[in-house]
Amino acid sequence: MIWSITIFALSLATLLMFFVSYCRSLTAASSRHPLSREVRDVTGIEALPSGKDFVRVTQLLQLCPEHSEDRAGLQAVGLYYKILNFAQSRFAQTFPALQDWTERELAGCTNFAVVVLDRRIALSRAILAQEGEI
Amino acid sequence: MPGPLLSAIWYFGIVLEVAFVVCSVWRKSFFRYFFLNLYFLATLASGVVRYAVLSEFGQHSDQYRFAYFYTDVLLTLALYIALISLYTRIFAELEIGKYVRLTAVLLLAGTALFSYAVVAQSSDRLATTFAYELSQNLYFVGLVLTYILWGAILKLRETRTRLVQFVLALGIYFSAYAASYALFNLVSRYSVVFFLGPIVSCLLPLAWTTTMWRHSEESRLIPAQLVAVER
Repeated sequence: MIWSITIFALSLATLLMFFVSYCRSLTAASSRHPLSREVRDVTGIEALPSGKDFVRVTQLLQLCPEHSEDRAGLQAVGLYYKILNFAQSRFAQTFPALQDWTERELAGCTNFAVVVLDRRIALSRAILAQEGEI
Repeated sequence: MPGPLLSAIWYFGIVLEVAFVVCSVWRKSFFRYFFLNLYFLATLASGVVRYAVLSEFGQHSDQYRFAYFYTDVLLTLALYIALISLYTRIFAELEIGKYVRLTAVLLLAGTALFSYAVVAQSSDRLATTFAYELSQNLYFVGLVLTYILWGAILKLRETRTRLVQFVLALGIYFSAYAASYALFNLVSRYSVVFFLGPIVSCLLPLAWTTTMWRHSEESRLIPAQLVAVER
């Protein structure tokens, strides 16, 4: 019983560690993506995105045709965003250093969602252009 | 026969495994990540064998138990080899591939001997108990090795996006599998825990396929962005 609880606790800790790193690798991969003028106009984000924009950007994402290759990454980052939000709302007052860190991470999540939106807008435009040619 | 929900999860897993192999071929990376592909091909083959034995002898037969545990140990071995292939790719520039392979073989032999020593006392069902024990121990060794590999990736400031995400997805898979096994031992009376294992097995092909599809071999990450707490 105690052995199972210990294994469960340890594996949950490593799971969280790998999950956070995996999500950071997803957001890091999108951090160097230059945002198009269109996506800046649509989202109203001129400089760097903030964590508060995430929900609005995901709502905009639902308006675009879904692209299967982004779905899994978006779900993982969405879950990461919820975990960060929870950590910020519950623990940031006790640990002030957590406030800045979670804010940076939340901004990374938003940037990831904006890059996905950018791709979807580009894809929709390409489809429309193809239909126009036909 | 498994219920409709378990069957649906099983089919979904098969689709994801096929998707990874197709994606690798499409992205001209099949041989570059040969052992990862081999693992999924082995998973598909073991699925066929299990289904054939299940249909012929039923879920509670000795034949199915034997087929299940031995295909499981073969799959764990294939995943272990896939993990070692990731090791050799990460350490390729240090030219220590020979030592990595030697250590992997010694570790595997040690795990097999330890597993045999644990089950040697129980004479009945020695074969299946050994397969089960070896599989469990290899999972644990796999989790530890993945953790060490992740440490090496951070230390060596690895930038290859595909390799980084393959290793992290493997870490998530091993951790989630260990957690689901422990939870199964703790609260097996709740039927929901029966679905955890099959759901967890879909995570690895899902994450690897996404990585293979989204990122090219040339795609790079900034290593500093991977560290949760920047130093």
